[in-house]
Amino acid sequence: MKRFWGFVIKEFYHIFRDKRTMLILFGMPVVQMLLFGFVVTNEIKDIKIAILDYSKDNVTRELSHKILSSGYFVLDQYLDNSGQIEAAFRKGNVKEVVVFEPGFAEKVHKLGKANVQILADASDANTANLISNYTSAIVMDYVRKLNVNVITPMQIIPEVRMMYNEQLKGVYMFVPGIMAMILLLISALLTSISIVREKELGTMEILLVSPLKPIQIIIGKVTPYVLLSFINAGVIILLGNLVFGMPVQGSTILLLAECILFIILALSLGIFISTSTNSQQTAMFMSMFALMLPTILLSGFIFPIANMPLILQALCQLMPPRWFIVIVKNIMLKGTGFYYIWFETLILVLMTCFFIFLSYKKFKIRLE
Amino acid sequence: MFISAKNIFKNYGSTQALSDISFEVNKNELFGFIGPDGAGKTTLFRILTTLLLADKGSATINGWDVVNDFKTIRNNVGYMPGRFSLYQDLSVEENLTFFATIFGTTIEENYDLIRDIYVQIEPFKKRLAGKLSGGMKQKLALSCALIHAPELLVLDEPTTGVDAVSRKEFWEMLRNLRDKGITIIVSTPYMDEASLCDRVALMQNGKIMQIDTPQHIVGEFPRKLYAVRSSNMYSLKDDLLHFPEQHSVHLFGQYLHFTAREREADILGLRHYLEGKNHQNIIIEAIEPGIEDCFIELMTENSASNEN
Repeated sequence: MKRFWGFVIKEFYHIFRDKRTMLILFGMPVVQMLLFGFVVTNEIKDIKIAILDYSKDNVTRELSHKILSSGYFVLDQYLDNSGQIEAAFRKGNVKEVVVFEPGFAEKVHKLGKANVQILADASDANTANLISNYTSAIVMDYVRKLNVNVITPMQIIPEVRMMYNEQLKGVYMFVPGIMAMILLLISALLTSISIVREKELGTMEILLVSPLKPIQIIIGKVTPYVLLSFINAGVIILLGNLVFGMPVQGSTILLLAECILFIILALSLGIFISTSTNSQQTAMFMSMFALMLPTILLSGFIFPIANMPLILQALCQLMPPRWFIVIVKNIMLKGTGFYYIWFETLILVLMTCFFIFLSYKKFKIRLE
Repeated sequence: MFISAKNIFKNYGSTQALSDISFEVNKNELFGFIGPDGAGKTTLFRILTTLLLADKGSATINGWDVVNDFKTIRNNVGYMPGRFSLYQDLSVEENLTFFATIFGTTIEENYDLIRDIYVQIEPFKKRLAGKLSGGMKQKLALSCALIHAPELLVLDEPTTGVDAVSRKEFWEMLRNLRDKGITIIVSTPYMDEASLCDRVALMQNGKIMQIDTPQHIVGEFPRKLYAVRSSNMYSLKDDLLHFPEQHSVHLFGQYLHFTAREREADILGLRHYLEGKNHQNIIIEAIEPGIEDCFIELMTENSASNEN
C-alpha cells in the first residue's frame, strides 16, 4: 500500500509541474463550457429581416411592428421592389424577407383574405425553418386577435407547455453534453498520454523491473486523475448553475456519483488506448478522434439520435456519453432518482468493467 | 555460479540480435560486456532483467529462472537502462525517495550502500533531475538502482556520453560496490574500460567472441604489435597495406597499429620499405596490445572464418 501511495504522489508531482497538463485539466473545461454555452446555440434572437410592403397601410404597418417587436427579429431595411429581394439575400445580412401584397388592408376587410409572403434564406436550413415558423406564428396570432369578436363555429386550441425547460433554453441541452465531452476527453487524454510518456521516456522499463504489479501501476496512474476530474465535474456543474442558470433538480450526490462512474469509465478507456500504442502522438490522436467526434456527433449531444439512420443509431448505443447524457439530463432537469436511471448506470458499469478487463489483459509485463 | 546463460537466441523479425549466447558470471564479480553499438548488449541485458523473452535458450540468476521466477528477479535486481530513465521533472531527492518506496524500503535503510555516490549529488538534491549534468545523472541513476540493496546490478552502458573524469569516478564506484558484495554486469562500447572489469565478454553481431580476464585476452594476442608513424600518415596506411608481409593495419589515434604475418615483423625490412616509399620521420615501436587490438583481431578472424 505504501508503494502504491508513493506512486500516486509521484503522479501528482508530474501533473502539478507540467503547465500543459494543468492547462488542459483546468483551463479547457472552463473555456469549453463558456464557449459552448454562449456560442453554440440554436435560439432565435435578433434575426435581421427586410420588409417589402407594396401596400403601406395600417394593417401592414401593425403587422410589421408586431413582427419587429417580438424580440426575435430586427429590421435591416425596407425594400421598394421585388428586384431587391435577391440582392438583399446575397449580401448575406438578411435572413428573411416579408412581402405584403398591394391593397392588403382593403383585401383583409373586404374579402377577408390577404396574402403575405415569407421568404427565408434556406442556405442554413434549420434557421430558415425556425424563423419562418416564428413569423407565421406571429401572423396567426395577429389574425386571432382581429377575430376576437367573431365566433367561429368550432375551435381547437392547443395549449403548449415545454416541460423541464419552459423557455427552451439551449444551455439546458448543452451542459450535459459538454460535461460528458470534457470529462471523457480530459480523463482519457491525460491518462493515455501520461502512461505512454513513461514508455517513451524509458521509465516504464524501470517500473517493470520493480516489484510494482501492473494493477498497481495502472491504478496509481489513474487515481490522481479521478480526483482532479471529479473537481472538474464540480466546476462544470457550478459554472452551469451560476453562469447559465442550469438547475440541479435531483440529488447532487447522485449526480456526482454518476460523474465518478463516468470518469472511471473514461480513464479505463484512456488506459486501454495507452496499452495499444507506444507514442504520445498516437495516443493523443486516438483520444481526440476516437473520442471527441463520436461524443459530439453520436451521443445525442447536438443531433437527436432518433433522427439518425438505423445503423448509426445502433452505433450510438456503443458510445458511453450517450448513456451519461441521459443520466445527467434526468437528474439535472427532471430531478429523477436512481430508480429511473439504473439501466443507463448499469450499462456504464458494464462498459467500465469491459475496458478495465481488456486493459489488464493487454498490459504488458514485458517490453514486447 | 551466480548468473548462468545457455544458448540464448533472439531475433527481431529477420534481424538476428543474439545468437547462441552462453556465459557464466561468478558471485561478487564485475563482469563486462564489451562491444560496439548493435552488438546485442542491450537485448541480452533486457532478457536477463526479465524485460524480454529469449526465442531459445535459458538463463538463471542466483538459481531463479528469468522466465518463471521473474517476480523474484525483479525484487532483487537493480537495473540501469542505457537511456537516462529517471523522472526529469522530479528532483534528485524525489526520484530517490520514489524508487526507495516502490521497492518497499527507505533511503535511510540502505544509506550505507549509496553514501559514497550520493554525497556527491546531495548538494543538488533539490534540483530537478533533468537539469543535472551527464555525470551527475548517472550517479543519481546508480543510486536509484542501488537503493533497494539488490544482489545483482545490471548497468547498460552507464558511461556512454559521460566525460572522462566522471567515467573514471564511476568505475571506482563500481569496484567499491563489488567489494561490498554486489555482483555487477556492465556493458560498454569503450574498449579501454575492459581492463577495469574482472572478466569481460567481447561481443560482436550478437555473438560472444571471447570470455576471459582482460589480462588473459591481451596476453593471448597472437602476434607482436607495432606502432608505426611517419610525417605522411595518409599514404603510410596505404603503403603498409601493400607491404607484402602485412597481416593487419589499423589507425589508433596518432599511430597505425601494425602486425605481420609472422609473429614478429622484420622491422629493418619494413623501415627500408617505407623509406623507399619516401616516408620521413619514421617511428616503429613494439608495443603491448590493448583490448581493442584483440577485439579487432578477433573480429577479422571471425569474418574470415565466416567467409570460409
